Amino acid sequence: MSTLPGRINEPHFDNPRGGSAVLGKSVIVKGQIFSREDLTIDGEVEGTVELQEHRLTVGPNGKVLASIKAREIVVLGTIHGNVETTDKIDIRKDAKLVGDIKTARVVIEDGAYFKGNIDIVRAEVPKPQPAPKPQPVASATAPAPAATGTHNVAAAAGGGDLKR
Amino acid sequence: MWPPLLEAEILNASFHNLEHRHSHGLDQFCASLEERPGLSILDLAGASQSTVSFVTNYGHRLYSDDFVHQLDACFGDGDFYENQSNARKVEHFLETSLTFEDSSFDGVLVWDTLQFLSAPLLQIVVERLHRILRPSSCLLAFFHSEEKIDTIPTYSYRISDHRNIALVERGRRRPAQFFNNRSLEKLFQDFQSVKFFLTRDHLREVIVRR
Repeated sequence: MSTLPGRINEPHFDNPRGGSAVLGKSVIVKGQIFSREDLTIDGEVEGTVELQEHRLTVGPNGKVLASIKAREIVVLGTIHGNVETTDKIDIRKDAKLVGDIKTARVVIEDGAYFKGNIDIVRAEVPKPQPAPKPQPVASATAPAPAATGTHNVAAAAGGGDLKR
Repeated sequence: MWPPLLEAEILNASFHNLEHRHSHGLDQFCASLEERPGLSILDLAGASQSTVSFVTNYGHRLYSDDFVHQLDACFGDGDFYENQSNARKVEHFLETSLTFEDSSFDGVLVWDTLQFLSAPLLQIVVERLHRILRPSSCLLAFFHSEEKIDTIPTYSYRISDHRNIALVERGRRRPAQFFNNRSLEKLFQDFQSVKFFLTRDHLREVIVRR
């Protein structure tokens, strides 16, 4: 009847479905949190929180006094500290965030309180390669380079038909 | 005595009461930024999605603060203006407000917040604004010009585009004092220039260049 042996053998970390860990509202953590899965904090955390490729949700009861790094942060409770995401920060109604934000996108709902600096980091969009101008002589002697390729200079020079 | 709005009332202000208006002052303010990316703008209206999007889409950084909320947090317990002469409360306010390094910003959106500061505190705040602005940069402030009324409508200001703003009602308040052009020139006497736009809805929009 016991489920314990079975649970020990379970691969409870590196959840292939990308599960979510939860710090409940009666949990207090002081220190460093590093998570490889999505995390919900509904308790109190003081220190640092890092979930590089995952989403952090600060629940309505959550109070986080920490610097945070994550892919995405959803705030329904309170954060005091600088936050950095590679994707998005979502500050919901009645949430409170005091600290500097560095992110690609930010959503601030009406009724949210925010005090701090917002620095939008725009992802570098690679410049599209100009389409090679077809030249009758070259096209007759050599195959035209693919427009989507990342041609290097040597290839361009060797081909003789790629103009930048 | 008009009681200050409570924090909860501010946060839960009816966001349905949204007005839109044209703003020459904002137009001038945006022109002063000259489309140079990477500038630092301070917005004292409190964070809103539209202002954040507008400013950051130009490639600028935005520092957002809700100055009225800060005033209420420091002076809202009791008589709002009497508390502004309480040394301990003033000290706390100054420890937590506009505590930036010199020349931190290329523009400050003050909106209507200066109307709710008593004269001595107003002087200190204007000195701080002067200090944190870079030379030749601008601040935008609004002052109600209708002197016959006790309370004035207060708003949370949001930028719709470079010449239009959306106003979210935040109730009414009694201003500390009313300003005319001369008193505003005196208030900003340490700045390079003061430019006024008097609007039909009794609002004096002021562009002040550091």
